[in-house]
Amino acid sequence: MEKNTKHLPVQHIIGFLLSIVLTLLAVWAALGSDLPVKWIIIAIMVLAVIQAGIQLFMFMHMTESASGGGHVPWNMMFHGFVLAAIVVAGSLFTMSFGFTHDHDGDHSGHGSHQEEQQMHD
Amino acid sequence: MKLDEFFVTGEPLIYGGMVSIVLVTSAAIFLLTYLKRWGWLWQEWLTTVDHKKIGIMYILSALAMLFRGGVDALMMRIQLTFPNMNFLGAQHYDEIFTTHGTVMIIFMAMPFLIGLMNIVVPLQIGARDFAFPFLNALSFWSFFFGAMLFNVSFVIGGSPDAGWTSYTPLAGAALSPGPGQNFYLLGLQLAGIGTLATGINLMVTILKMRAPGMKLFQMPIFTWSTLVTTFIIIFAFPILTVALALMTIDRIFGAQFFTLTGEGMPMMWANLFWMWGHPEVYIVILPAFGIFSEIIATFARKQLFGYKAMVWSMILIAGLSFLVWVHHFFTMGAGALVNSVFSVSTMLIAVPTGVKIFNWLATLYKSRIQITTAMLWALAFIPSFVMGGVTGVMLGMAAADYQFHNSYFLIAHFHYVLIAGTVFACFAGLVYWYPKMFGHKMNERIGKHSFWWFLIGFHVCFFPQHFVGLDGMPRRIFTIIPEWMPLNVISTVGAFGMGVGFVIFVYNIYYSWKNSPRETNGDAWDGRTLEWATPTPVPFYNFATVPKVSGLDAFLSMKKKGETTFDETKLEAIHMPSNTGRPFIMMGILFFASFALVFEWIGLAAVGLIGTLIMMGIRSFDYDEGYYVEVDEIKKIERTVRGL
Repeated sequence: MEKNTKHLPVQHIIGFLLSIVLTLLAVWAALGSDLPVKWIIIAIMVLAVIQAGIQLFMFMHMTESASGGGHVPWNMMFHGFVLAAIVVAGSLFTMSFGFTHDHDGDHSGHGSHQEEQQMHD
Repeated sequence: MKLDEFFVTGEPLIYGGMVSIVLVTSAAIFLLTYLKRWGWLWQEWLTTVDHKKIGIMYILSALAMLFRGGVDALMMRIQLTFPNMNFLGAQHYDEIFTTHGTVMIIFMAMPFLIGLMNIVVPLQIGARDFAFPFLNALSFWSFFFGAMLFNVSFVIGGSPDAGWTSYTPLAGAALSPGPGQNFYLLGLQLAGIGTLATGINLMVTILKMRAPGMKLFQMPIFTWSTLVTTFIIIFAFPILTVALALMTIDRIFGAQFFTLTGEGMPMMWANLFWMWGHPEVYIVILPAFGIFSEIIATFARKQLFGYKAMVWSMILIAGLSFLVWVHHFFTMGAGALVNSVFSVSTMLIAVPTGVKIFNWLATLYKSRIQITTAMLWALAFIPSFVMGGVTGVMLGMAAADYQFHNSYFLIAHFHYVLIAGTVFACFAGLVYWYPKMFGHKMNERIGKHSFWWFLIGFHVCFFPQHFVGLDGMPRRIFTIIPEWMPLNVISTVGAFGMGVGFVIFVYNIYYSWKNSPRETNGDAWDGRTLEWATPTPVPFYNFATVPKVSGLDAFLSMKKKGETTFDETKLEAIHMPSNTGRPFIMMGILFFASFALVFEWIGLAAVGLIGTLIMMGIRSFDYDEGYYVEVDEIKKIERTVRGL
């Protein structure tokens, strides 16, 4: 056990602050901005990708070389991605039975009527 | 808020509950003061980071929760015995089936198993503690305070009453106003922090801290089951965390994720809940499989048959457990294609489970079985669990499920898998590892009494429910029609049989503490795996010298070679973590914050949250590196416990 050097983990602090800023940006985009819904969604998606990048590069071990005592946990990352895919694709698949929001007359979902039609066949 | 809105009023049973809470608390405070044990409580338990003590606290809490959930169950059974019973009102009945389910799964089954993992896994792999001992203490206190938060709801504020699944829109703010449902959300959220942290902690411990030479495929099977379980925890619990957070935001801050209005999707809750919920049932069954495998191998006096097949089947089950969640809501109306896909994946999961059943049978085949109490639980598990498995496949067929759904047939099914699987395993594991934990065995004669009461009571209680379910009795109703009475009477009798079994079990803890002969060496059952290589009582550092492992059943080969975990020539100073009260304090503050949020006192909740952040900041600048146990001290301890 080598003695711990008491320096500030600068990278972690920057990463922490950045992720908070990004989160606040996303909140603002959803609640405070006047952007059209499509652009809000795109903006949040982009922010999420940046957020994931910050996590991977500033907190995880993506930048550590194998010789430096760490290694990139490709295996776990792969499983994480597979699971995220299951959660998203699985939810879309499961919830694709025609639950639409056209009760207020403002119907914008494409093809959901078609799906409903198939359901009732 | 007036006081009579804060406390639950008007129910004699709940007044009784309040009185008993006050009595038990005052008795505990009185005893601790009278016996001058406050310092002991703080130094030995509340601030400990020792995985063995934390495990014991987990198991004690889980037994208390088993009692609470069991009392709930008995009250429901009384209410359902005769038509038009007037024991519980509809509202009170709703609250009780909700808390019964939640307490049993989240605050009984998981902590019990995690407690056993805490104690056993480091010992089985030759480690001296968890990878992150501070985090382990934090996990325990997070579970403990989460459980307290949930349990306090029945006297303060009112219990949640939307079922343990807490389906929206019923559980939303519009249909369930008041703090009840918030208790569910925040109690689970608080306890979930601990579960997730324990998952990470155990995974790192198993991957990084095994004894030298121990390959993954040489680990004891219980450790394997724990490793697979940690993967499920790490991948499944974030889904619950997010779902709970979304519903909390819905209820407290007026968002519309799961509401009927404002473009919410109430059914998305069911979807997310079961994306976590199905893996969750494997979180509580895989460790049970591991426990039974250990016990069967030990008392059949043979190496576990098909070790590799056992491991691979667990990995396969874990993978498939993420692909079957829709079978919990076939009747939601997702359509034939969706239901068929999940029907097939559900039936697939029966295959690796069947492989495990046959491997246990093959281990028992032509062996010299020692009928100990632990082995009895394991032997009873196999046929009982198979019955639950068969009804599971029946329920897995989507078309047939439209008949079975939400009937007592389903109730019978999942109690057959959860009780015969998880609860039997908890009892079996506790009996089996008891001498390692407390230095004496549980009395075998009394243990067998409790086993037979519980086993027979279990079958008498739940077997008739298959038929009353097919007769059309739905779950979650608080009164029955006369046609269902005979089978319900039998069921209630069985439930009380299980209650007697539990009481005998608890009495046995007391009786054995008084009367059982103390263990003289660490190997109570002529065991095969490393936990039995340690002396009893286990020194706080577990292994004076960590053995070198070269195969399965490491302790068996050590015994053949005459090796022990105390090799005086190889002793070195041992690095151990220091005790700390911070996990307890941090989670206490978070408990305060959650409690405030339950009543939607946002200011107080924010104060609590800031307090938690301050505690995290303090932890970040904590440079305590632990301490070293010197060689002389190790020698002294080892000679005492080994009687050298």
